[in-house]
Amino acid sequence: MSNPLHAQQSDFWYRFAQDKLAVSGGLIVISLFMLSFLAPYISPCDPTAIDARHVLTAPSTEHLFGTDDLGRDVLSRVLMGAGISLKVGFFAVGISVLIGVLLGSIAGYYGKIIDMVIMRFVDTMLCIPSFFLIITLIALFEPSIWIIMIVIGATSWMGVARLIRAEFLSLKQREFVLAARAAGAGDLRIIFMHILPNALAPVLVYATLGIASAILIESALSFLGIGVQPPTPSWGNILTAGKDNIEIAWWLSLFPGLAILVTVLGYNLLGEGIRDSLDPRLR
Amino acid sequence: MIKYLLKRIMAMIPMLIGITMISFAIIHIAPGSPADLLIQMNPKASPDAKARLRAYYGLDKPLPVQYYYWLKRIAVLDFGFSFSPDGRKVADKIFERMPVTVTLNVLSLLLIMAVALPLGILSSMYQHSFLDKCATVFVFLGFAWPSFWLALLLMMLFGVKLGWLPISGLTSLNHDTLSVLGMAADYGRHLLLPVLVSAFGGLAGMSRYVRSSMLEVIRQDYITTARAKGLEERSIIYRHALRNALLPIITLLGLSVPGLIGGSVIFETIFSIPGMGQLFWASAMSRDYPLIMGMLVIGSGLTLMGNLIADLSYALADPRIRVK
Repeated sequence: MSNPLHAQQSDFWYRFAQDKLAVSGGLIVISLFMLSFLAPYISPCDPTAIDARHVLTAPSTEHLFGTDDLGRDVLSRVLMGAGISLKVGFFAVGISVLIGVLLGSIAGYYGKIIDMVIMRFVDTMLCIPSFFLIITLIALFEPSIWIIMIVIGATSWMGVARLIRAEFLSLKQREFVLAARAAGAGDLRIIFMHILPNALAPVLVYATLGIASAILIESALSFLGIGVQPPTPSWGNILTAGKDNIEIAWWLSLFPGLAILVTVLGYNLLGEGIRDSLDPRLR
Repeated sequence: MIKYLLKRIMAMIPMLIGITMISFAIIHIAPGSPADLLIQMNPKASPDAKARLRAYYGLDKPLPVQYYYWLKRIAVLDFGFSFSPDGRKVADKIFERMPVTVTLNVLSLLLIMAVALPLGILSSMYQHSFLDKCATVFVFLGFAWPSFWLALLLMMLFGVKLGWLPISGLTSLNHDTLSVLGMAADYGRHLLLPVLVSAFGGLAGMSRYVRSSMLEVIRQDYITTARAKGLEERSIIYRHALRNALLPIITLLGLSVPGLIGGSVIFETIFSIPGMGQLFWASAMSRDYPLIMGMLVIGSGLTLMGNLIADLSYALADPRIRVK
């Protein structure tokens, strides 16, 4: 699987299209994107509009998903939450891929003591319960959507670093790298122009699955109250209201949770589908 | 074996240093000095407490010296005093919470193994069967299901709608008046939901792993040999395949420790269980630095221990590892 995305692209798409689960994952992800872009236009109400006369009303034709403890329309808030979750997922994974790719390629390419130091750092980071680390970092700063993205990214790059390092270790021995070096290419050019493009396919899988887990972490943090801050809706913080009103308002707990489930399921199916299609032997 | 053990313990030393460096660095990124924070948190902090803090951290010294002092203290498990009004020793506060969290995690690991092993074995024996497909659906749902949402739904169903189980705490109000058996049953009723919820996520991963590990082993030559010499399928699966398939699972168990410890923050907060997770949450929310640093170091230390135990068990089970 040296360069599946280019050389065997048609094979990849053929296998992907055959995989019903992967295609349904892809469809879920695409519809989520559309929903989050269309949210401002299709939301039945203003997601932050407080209505003291309709507090905690059960789902009805007027409010399909009911209203929350401040009388806000839950459907509109869930729709707006989709965009927030996707944003957090993408940025967090972007940061983690950036750190992981940088450290992983330096470790794999230069080897020796540099490799050892970086990989010990990776092992150490894996040892610290990441949820402890995330909560500590957020508690030291003020919780905001940006801090969450950075913190999730900064605590989840270790897998990418290991993947990239392993790819580099095997790729740097290859003839095309020798050829590039013989032609006078410098280290930076070899790392970024020659080896890295060939090492990125498995990262794609990792990133897709990573978005799913970033969304899960964000929703857990928001649920605990240190994630996305009200009045901005996120699936996690709507669930907090669900917990506070657990005895009366089941709809506050049901719908945002379903939204998280479907989203994470979509990304996981897509990620596994991409993996299987890149390398059918893994099936 | 002794040589292997020593080698593994030596390898832990740089990790331990790394853990303490990261914990120390994180706290010093925070704006303001710990002494200011103590005063801000607890305006009535006695001059005595301030002096104790200054002496503990060596706050008048440069950072590397502070780090060295701190390292020397935590080597004997002296993590200083909590900033909270009770001002108790950090180590005492953490260790008194540990049994609850460890019990909860051990119970959920047992539950995971009790369900995941048979499920994984059966779906590998009958690959592509209806059962295998159901198991796959379950695995995908398990991976995607937010555990705190599951907790919420179960609390709603069993706690609120049906009223069968308590939804918070470890003991009922009348716990002290119960007989010994009654007390045990009371603990059980309180632990049932938290254990179920924390096992759920791990279940999916574990049964998936058992399945793929079994599938890999079943394709090996020695299994074909066992079949060729006419052994019954049962003996092939349980005596020959399963033993080898289970080896990597030991490592997986070790690797799941940080997730379990971290996850306890969520479960213990939701179910108000007085364990390490809840303590950590409280310390982070009140910026109780000594407690946060202690928890980071001890939490990571537990992970290191978990990994060590897993590696040693693996070496005991598989002689090839020892020789290498």
